[in-house]
Amino acid sequence: MTLDQFVQQFAEQFDETPANQFTPSTDYKSLEEWGSLTTLGVITMVDAEMGKRITGSNLLACTTIEELYSFIQRI
Amino acid sequence: MNGRFSLEGKTLLVTGASSGIGRCVAVECAKMGAKLVINGRNQERLSQTLSMLEGVGHQDIAADLSDHEAVSAMVEQLPQLDGVSHNAGVTSIGMIKFIKVDDWQALSQTNVFSAIWLTRCLVAKKKLNKPASVVFTSSISGNDSVRHGEALYAATKSALSGFAKAAALDLAPQGIRVNCVHPGMIETELFHSSQDALTQDLDEMKKLFPLKRFGKPEDVADGIIYLLSDASSWVTGTELKIDGGYTLV
Repeated sequence: MTLDQFVQQFAEQFDETPANQFTPSTDYKSLEEWGSLTTLGVITMVDAEMGKRITGSNLLACTTIEELYSFIQRI
Repeated sequence: MNGRFSLEGKTLLVTGASSGIGRCVAVECAKMGAKLVINGRNQERLSQTLSMLEGVGHQDIAADLSDHEAVSAMVEQLPQLDGVSHNAGVTSIGMIKFIKVDDWQALSQTNVFSAIWLTRCLVAKKKLNKPASVVFTSSISGNDSVRHGEALYAATKSALSGFAKAAALDLAPQGIRVNCVHPGMIETELFHSSQDALTQDLDEMKKLFPLKRFGKPEDVADGIIYLLSDASSWVTGTELKIDGGYTLV
């Protein structure tokens, strides 16, 4: 999955936040909609679409979507 | 020992005994005087549990209860039983749009079909004495409440509790009581790994419990001991919530 595709998949886990607010440099934890449900959405998406297991702690440790994408590539 | 709550003289099967609630149930039932057959998937951890049991005459049988043939083979080896505590189960957290057929089938196999097939084999092979008591470890999830991401898990646990009620009715003429416990959040190895997946603030979560703490495996074991003992001899088809009051609010 490319970074652009990842950003798009990431954005799809949000129902209220417009897709154009998501870029590689988006600080996702600062988004108003970020919470337990979106955390769960991202974890499940990464598992289903990328075959990788990440945790909520991993999501907390990263800041931008690109940083998260790079982390996932390394595991 | 403790009168009608005693398990002295009873032979019990405890499944899921290699960790968590099942291991605790085995340890506590042995303290109450029962002779145990313990089951789990992992032989090494099961042997650890066996070494933790008070008293003599206990045995372990490693078998994966999600495998129908393994269940049938295990039942053949069992002695006559006065009770069963079925704890084998796994958790699952995920979003509905990402449900995979394989995951759903595997979860159902472990959480529902294992219970149904084990009961079926025990009854068919007449391994349960008259009277006997079967206790399933279900959950508040799907029966009394749900949280985000629990759709599959909730579905399996409500199926398990539904089966238990029907089994209670069907098996009553044979003197077999069937009941469920519905634990809330219990601090086991599974609990900590699933909470890390969700990054819940545990101190904040504790405030959701009127009794201000998460459950301990011993809290669940005590409920199961009651349902296995003669103290509950007129109780069948019931669901005992053990949740610190979580579902009251």
